[in-house]
Amino acid sequence: MEISELWPVVRLTLELAIVTTILLLVIGTPIAWWLARSRWRWREAVAAVVALPLVLPPTVLGFYLLIALGPDGPGGWIAGLFGGRTLAFTFQGLVIGSVFYSIPFVVQPLRNAFESFGDRPLEVAATLRASPWDAFWSVAVPLARPGYVTGAVLGFAHTVGEFGLVLMIGGSIPGETRVLSIAIFEMVETLRWAEAHLLAGGMLVFSFLVVSTMMIVEKRMGRASQ
Amino acid sequence: MSGKEPAIRASFAGSLGGFTLDVAFEAPMHGITALFGASGCGKSTTLRCIAGLQRLPGQLFVNEEMWQDDDRGIFLMPHKRAVGVVFQEASLFPHLTVGKNLMYGAKRSGVPAVIPPDDVIDLLGLAKLMDRDPIALSGGERQRVAIGRALLSQPRLLLMDEPLSSLDQMAKDEILPYLEALHEQLSIPLLYVSHDITEVARLADRMVMLSSGMKIAEGPVQDLLERLDLQPETGRFEAGVLLTAQVTGHDEKFSVTHLDHHGQAISMPARDVAIGSEVRLRIRARDVSLATKRPEAISVRNVLSGTIVEVAEDPQSAHAETLIDIGGGRLRARITRQSVAELELAPGKPVFALVKSIAFDRGTLSVATGHSTNT
Repeated sequence: MEISELWPVVRLTLELAIVTTILLLVIGTPIAWWLARSRWRWREAVAAVVALPLVLPPTVLGFYLLIALGPDGPGGWIAGLFGGRTLAFTFQGLVIGSVFYSIPFVVQPLRNAFESFGDRPLEVAATLRASPWDAFWSVAVPLARPGYVTGAVLGFAHTVGEFGLVLMIGGSIPGETRVLSIAIFEMVETLRWAEAHLLAGGMLVFSFLVVSTMMIVEKRMGRASQ
Repeated sequence: MSGKEPAIRASFAGSLGGFTLDVAFEAPMHGITALFGASGCGKSTTLRCIAGLQRLPGQLFVNEEMWQDDDRGIFLMPHKRAVGVVFQEASLFPHLTVGKNLMYGAKRSGVPAVIPPDDVIDLLGLAKLMDRDPIALSGGERQRVAIGRALLSQPRLLLMDEPLSSLDQMAKDEILPYLEALHEQLSIPLLYVSHDITEVARLADRMVMLSSGMKIAEGPVQDLLERLDLQPETGRFEAGVLLTAQVTGHDEKFSVTHLDHHGQAISMPARDVAIGSEVRLRIRARDVSLATKRPEAISVRNVLSGTIVEVAEDPQSAHAETLIDIGGGRLRARITRQSVAELELAPGKPVFALVKSIAFDRGTLSVATGHSTNT
């Protein structure tokens, strides 16, 4: 494989991670908000369900997702609407799987962020004529910004690094589901060490950058919001 | 208060996490009404119910506008109520500058500005702070911004929940003159929650006294401070009365300001107040002594003649509380029970009240504010 052949793999991985991260933030926000504000008795049970992917082996999650995305599951039904037969082994299916897989990494920091500032800022906003919806966007989201940064970085990095789940529901279709971690695995399997080194080294540098960026940003924001 | 006059009418009764509140009171649509009581008496809860931040069964009318009436199932959400709230901690939005904090409510009020933003910024001295972040402000500055922010949301009613109690003495002294200025310039009523009788005496016109979730008294501050039976709540050390007096002159040589209270002369350390203006004096019971004859050759400058109205002896201690009519207003004096016996002090007996120190509470540039002096 040439260097030029590595690019589609990297691009697909980045596309998957970006789309997944955006979806995670959109879906994670109402879940985290509800978990932070609800006084419902079974709230923690819901929190446990959301946190399940943390402890579930990726192959177990992948197995259930494979069934759900397949021709006989809801995924197959949705694919039917668009003229397809299944969502398994497709990019869309991979996005759905990745969202499930990484949701706790986004919900937890968001929930912590929403809980950290308490009721007071929202009460103040209400007495200043802000409706709950208005107060959410003008006060809660800006105050939860550190949580959004952490959640986005963790969700992104976790999606880039997933392997077992992709193997189960995505396989290794070039340009469609063949992401970086799968490619590295295959290269090692076929003894193409040089290319594996290149990708693995790139991942190493990438991960380091992600973690250090996150730490710097968090420190700065922590200082600014004190 | 007559039933016809526009007013705030509130009544709440119910339990909240083991605490039972049962209060009903009225406040006029002008001036400062204090909700006073020890911590845990329910005054903050009452305030939160008025703001709509908490809900207890009851009714709330503000100037004939219904904000809550559980008989008819009406409860206005907090953001639908034209109410400004200043909390104990300034609670500024940390992600916005001072200027944006100030305009947060102003933008959303949806009514033309009756309270002009520039006036508020001037009055509270905020012009220099506009571009700063809340984190860069002192405690006193933060609370001033919070007051300004509440005012700029164009409320019909302003609520303050112990706005000074998280501040140190210096910051308190910094804020109090602003609150006094507000009292004079503000056209909307202010409900002021406090556990500090000195603050209440200095700022408020009327007060509602609460204890263990119940109202125990309601009326002009001056009247309630004169009531000896409220002693346990108003506190022993700070107990005292308010007198209104007119400034008659200044003596620059001795740095003294002369005042007149219904024909009786009072002098106090010089204050920069125009001659002829009406001022409010706070005289604490512990600073007043009594004599049955006019004393001579004495350092105390203020000797006021009057008649004893009431003597309340506390059999548990050495002290007795007395109330003396001095023509226009009334003074309280704390003396020993032994003095009461030896001087044969009883209602009706003429006495001379000797006043050691007088605290100057508030000056009004015009003649009395009107609603603060009804007795």
